[in-house]
Amino acid sequence: MNKDIMICGVGGQGTVLASKIIAAAAMDEGNTVHSAETIGMAQRGGSVTSHVRVGEEIYSPLIPFANADIILAFEPAEAVRNLVYLKKDGMVIVNSDPTKPVTESLQNTGYDGKEMIEYLKKKCNCIVVSSEKIYEKFGSSKFFNIAILGVAVGSGRLGISEEAVKAQIEKRIPVKFLEANMEAFKMGIELSK
Amino acid sequence: MKEYVMGNGAIALGALVAGVNVVTGYPGTPSSEIIETISKYSHEGVHLEWSVNEKAAMEVATAAAYSGARALVTMKQVGLNVASDPLMSLAYVGVKGGMVIVSADDPGPISSQTEQDTRRFAEFCRIPVFDPTSVEEAYEMIQEAFEYSEKYKTPVLFRPTTRVNHAYASIELPENYAPKQYEGFIKDSKKWVIFPRLSYINHGMIENRNVEIGEDFSKSRYNIVEGKECKKAVVASGVSYAYTKEYLKNFKDIKLIKVGTPYPFPESFMLQALEGVEEVIVLEELSPFIEENILKIIGKHHLSVKVSGKLNGKVPHNGENSTNLLAGILSEFLEIPMQETGIDITDMPNLPVRPPVLCAGCPHRASFYAVKQAMKGQKSYFCGDIGCYTLGNAMPLDMVDTCLCMGAGVNMAQGFNWVESDATTFAFVGDSTFFASGITGVVNGVYNNANMILCILDNSTTAMTGHQPHPGTGRNMMGNVVDKVDIAKVLEGIGLKKVVTVNPLNLEESVNAVKECASLSGVKAIIFKSPCIAITKPTGKMDINEKCISCKKCIREIGCPALIIEDGKVVIDRNLCTGCGLCSQICPVKAIGGASNE
Ligand SMILES: Cc1ncc(C[n+]2csc(CCOP(=O)(O)OP(=O)(O)O)c2C)c(N)n1
Ligand code: SF4
Ligand code: SF4
Repeated sequence: MNKDIMICGVGGQGTVLASKIIAAAAMDEGNTVHSAETIGMAQRGGSVTSHVRVGEEIYSPLIPFANADIILAFEPAEAVRNLVYLKKDGMVIVNSDPTKPVTESLQNTGYDGKEMIEYLKKKCNCIVVSSEKIYEKFGSSKFFNIAILGVAVGSGRLGISEEAVKAQIEKRIPVKFLEANMEAFKMGIELSK
Repeated sequence: MKEYVMGNGAIALGALVAGVNVVTGYPGTPSSEIIETISKYSHEGVHLEWSVNEKAAMEVATAAAYSGARALVTMKQVGLNVASDPLMSLAYVGVKGGMVIVSADDPGPISSQTEQDTRRFAEFCRIPVFDPTSVEEAYEMIQEAFEYSEKYKTPVLFRPTTRVNHAYASIELPENYAPKQYEGFIKDSKKWVIFPRLSYINHGMIENRNVEIGEDFSKSRYNIVEGKECKKAVVASGVSYAYTKEYLKNFKDIKLIKVGTPYPFPESFMLQALEGVEEVIVLEELSPFIEENILKIIGKHHLSVKVSGKLNGKVPHNGENSTNLLAGILSEFLEIPMQETGIDITDMPNLPVRPPVLCAGCPHRASFYAVKQAMKGQKSYFCGDIGCYTLGNAMPLDMVDTCLCMGAGVNMAQGFNWVESDATTFAFVGDSTFFASGITGVVNGVYNNANMILCILDNSTTAMTGHQPHPGTGRNMMGNVVDKVDIAKVLEGIGLKKVVTVNPLNLEESVNAVKECASLSGVKAIIFKSPCIAITKPTGKMDINEKCISCKKCIREIGCPALIIEDGKVVIDRNLCTGCGLCSQICPVKAIGGASNE
């Protein structure tokens, strides 16, 4: 299989765990995988991306522009910021709930993510999900990273089976939180329909 | 055993497989995970440490290498500036056991103060340098680096860049590996004691040896030519080679020359590679190192080859390369038209800027705010330093007037006061930075009768680089619980008359401490002690009640990312708030409360 999968969001949102699960699940299914993470200064609330590259002939650790098959965006503006990476017929799965930067609260420019979602809908094939919904159900947005994996699996665009992803979630999430995460994953699959 | 690891992991495991005995280093993005990986894998018999700074790391490792053991030293590129004193001398003296110094470069720069190039350091010290193009290659190359080091009895540099350090790939780790058996130190003062005579003799020896290494490198599997014979050739190194390969997937015939060992330059290899070539373009990051070496060869051998790269403006001097940047450059050079394949985003809406910020609940925010409140309306200079607390420069705190390099702020606060004695000068320094390079600055201040206030932001960790332990934490990398080096006692020992420790999350207490110190002369210290939120459990969450008059003072004053405006009202993002309570001490109508543990 050849697949370029990008995960983007804001430092602190749990994008790295999502990318690790995808990379490991893809490998479990016999694929060769390369990936890359944003580590450093940007992890403190800056823009972060993870690149997961599945396939045999991969050289660059980062996905080139117009190459991503799917973008999982944890934040609406981050989806737009990284749209340049998406293939023309690629898909974006995006969280509609914005993370407002401090500069935004100070100047109060009114950024609420809506304009971003409208733009994405105009430009590409996208599934919009709300982390607010996850928050309402689980009392924390922490489960969103697992929920969005569910959406990705459900969309059929990830190229990795539900079982493989589930097995990796089981392996990587502490038992204490496993049940809630599995629920979030299931909820994601349903949301994709 | 197949292991999916980060580039730093590959370097770590490669060193373990090579039988490394001693591993030292100081944290720094993008190099920190090397030591962390070693600690997670089986490493019995290996001494592993976070040293207090890079100079210490280099010196501890040096003794190991003198004894015939294999030593690995890790740091980010600016760390090599700190360690350059021992390294320069060591380059003259040489080693017995293999010694590899990993100095990670950071084109961009993404998380660094400078865009310096470790290859220049190698040339300056006259020691070999290895430059991996991928995670897989890094794993093998570091093992060979140890071999070369022992073969030529010289320390060698290993220079990955961020995109290799932080990329992941699979490597094959053998089931069994063990530290090297070594002979031990053999006394010989003519060999191990650096004197002018020794330097004179060894200088000549090293220059001759480097010619030999250049020949050896010319046969290295890391310097190769791919593609067909063409009049135009591409030269690439480091991750730029990977980007070039990505672009050339569709044009496999193009002649591609890869250089993996940039110093001593593999001259014979390059001479042969350039046969029949009329024009080359050199794709590398940071300085035009390979480009200049090719120009040298062309001059020396009277070749007629046109060289493109940074020096004729075809490749940018600054910033990192990418597949797309190189695709543009290569399509012009090779005269292959570019294809537009992506989504048209020319009409993209304005995106919110997202600079990194102090976390919600970060104790540094409270420390800065206390100093700001205490010094309101008075002429004061705030010398910052390197760590998470550099982010105290952002609005609305705006509390970092200078930032130069680790430890600089402590001395700079003194310097400002010497030239502007009417200014109260502050130095903000993190606990890890204090140990690394802050202490000598305090001694300097006491000795020279300086006036300054030293603010130690003690969050019990090295936060910026990923929360490593340090001498004040009571834990080391051998898994031992050790005596904590007590910062207050160190300061008292140096002779400070005034050392106070406060909890920054108690605003009133902190403001009073600052005011008191500002009224005294000499070097005074305030230790703001409260752990980084990433290493503690949050105390709960705050809520804003109906008393809120929407004055937005909390947002304007402290800029905590958990304080946001929704439908014109201030609300607390419960996913981010840690219940630190700073905002509740600022609210004029006491509308913020809570922080019960849920
Ligand atoms: C010479 C040098 N070595 C290493 C680094 C990498 N580095 C950046 S910040 C930092 C330490 C930060 O720790 P601390 O001073 O405790 O502040 P904190 O991040 O915890 O607030 C280090 C080691 C550097 N910038 N310069
Ligand atoms: S208590 Fe206030 S200042 Fe502290 S984290 Fe919560 S919102 Fe931010
Ligand atoms: S990681 Fe710790 S020290 Fe760094 S900004 Fe966050 S709370 Fe502050």
